[in-house]
Amino acid sequence: MHHAATPPAWVMLAYLVAGVCFIMALRGLSSPQSSQSGNRFGMAGMTLAVVTTLIHYMPIADTENPFAMPDVGMIALILAAIAIGAVIGIVTARRIAMTAMPQLVAAFHSLVGLAAVLVAAAAYLNPEAFGIAGADGIINPVSRVEMGLGSAIGAITFSGSVIAFLKLNGNMSGKPIMLPMRHVINLGTLAAIVALTAYFTQDQSPWVFWTLTALAFLIGFLLIIPIGGADMPVVVSMLNSYSGWAAAAMGFTLQNSAMIITGALVGSSGAILSYIMCRAMNRSFISVIAGGFGGDAAASGEAGAAIDRPWKRGSAEDAAFLMSQAEQVIIVPGYGMAVAQAQHALREMGDLLKAEGVSVKYAIHPVAGRMPGHMNVLLAEANVPYDEVFELEDINSEFARTDVAFVIGANDVTNPAAKTDRSSPIYGMPVLDVEKAKTVLFIKRSMGGVGYAGVDNELFYRDNTMMLLADAKKMVEEIVKSLGSGGH
Amino acid sequence: MDFISILSIFVLACFVGYYVVWQVTPALHTPLMAVTNAISSVIIVGALIAAAAAGQEGAKWLGLLGVVLASINIFGGFAVTARMLAMYKKKERR
Repeated sequence: MHHAATPPAWVMLAYLVAGVCFIMALRGLSSPQSSQSGNRFGMAGMTLAVVTTLIHYMPIADTENPFAMPDVGMIALILAAIAIGAVIGIVTARRIAMTAMPQLVAAFHSLVGLAAVLVAAAAYLNPEAFGIAGADGIINPVSRVEMGLGSAIGAITFSGSVIAFLKLNGNMSGKPIMLPMRHVINLGTLAAIVALTAYFTQDQSPWVFWTLTALAFLIGFLLIIPIGGADMPVVVSMLNSYSGWAAAAMGFTLQNSAMIITGALVGSSGAILSYIMCRAMNRSFISVIAGGFGGDAAASGEAGAAIDRPWKRGSAEDAAFLMSQAEQVIIVPGYGMAVAQAQHALREMGDLLKAEGVSVKYAIHPVAGRMPGHMNVLLAEANVPYDEVFELEDINSEFARTDVAFVIGANDVTNPAAKTDRSSPIYGMPVLDVEKAKTVLFIKRSMGGVGYAGVDNELFYRDNTMMLLADAKKMVEEIVKSLGSGGH
Repeated sequence: MDFISILSIFVLACFVGYYVVWQVTPALHTPLMAVTNAISSVIIVGALIAAAAAGQEGAKWLGLLGVVLASINIFGGFAVTARMLAMYKKKERR
């Protein structure tokens, strides 16, 4: 069975409609109200793409006979493969805890990457099936480049995402792992991949394709191991982007508009998210990729001296009293809230304060958490209405008019040194102006630890700061108890 | 389709992606990643073609494995996105 390079018009149209549905899926995310219908557009587009492919590329039992019956055994096998995937996917999606969303997304990225490698390999082994080879089995040179790129980007996405998953899931330390000469090794490997892709157009021997793919697996691994846990929002976004480019490259090979449109959408989406994350940390994309940020050694003698500075400690009762007397409280959550799973207790605290007539708002820094939008999902899970949750630029001016800023599990994103101390590693990073509030309540496990940037936080020693030293969830629960007893 | 037509679709789609994604509200960035994950698994089209094609046995099995992996992502990605989006609620007005 030899398919012409161009499928019939109805097939092409169906793929185009699928592509448009995917655009609508992303368009829906412009507001929470339209997001659910957007997601349904996405599902419809995917169904259309899959059904069209199944019908047009129906496996035939006897390829010599144009009137042959479909190969029922193979169709059953394909449907079984879809069913297996469906069960694993749906069960995982139902069971996953919202705090584990970054790991899940990384795991999903790795699957897209591996699927791209498998498709590229299948196209390499059976180019006739994809209509990219002449009768003599010679693959078009342009298709070879597309195939090589698809396989390489897919492999990088796969191995990079596996490392990101292991770091996010805690199977591997979040600390950067620095190999000696890593920049030389990485650049050499990248150059070899580019050279092999170019050489692949001249020589389609198996060793070229497989070496190229193997090197790409290696570079994905090498690229991610030196990147620290706190830079994960950038890494996850970047891998998101790569999974899109891999799909687009395979779309070129297959001349499939649905794949190309989707690949371009996902590729741009990941790239924009990476840009937003880098901007929110005032770091260049190159410096994140070069890795090494957030090591242990960053805190120098300066921080050691700082520990002796005086600071104030408060109790849950003090916090409950201060907040119940306030007109407005702004809650600033960070990764520590996710780790402690404190979002539900926090919402309860917010409800009790609102019952006492206090205005309660939430302020989210773009890089709070381990992936873009991580805090928003956790607050939504705890039933915090999304119109009480504000982005940095929308709420920063309000701290000056706020009685209490309640910082829970965030650290560097509140550090005033980012605005004033030129020598600080986080200088220039946009931060939440929590110190402008009348009182800052800062939950922290102990005074010893520092944030991911390894810098001490000036905020702890301010006159208007009260440190609440405890596990975030326990502290909030105690505040809730204290507020509930109404002893004030 | 010739290469230039395909490239045109790609370039225009990049622009569409750029403008559409900037419109996404930051509160929905996590669902954005989950749904882009699901839709990038449209790569299943390639896996289905490889699995269904006659000839090369190895390519068939690679295709089938690709179908399983992409299906996990499609069903898992859309399901987890739907689960997240259902949690976003507005304040009840009193």
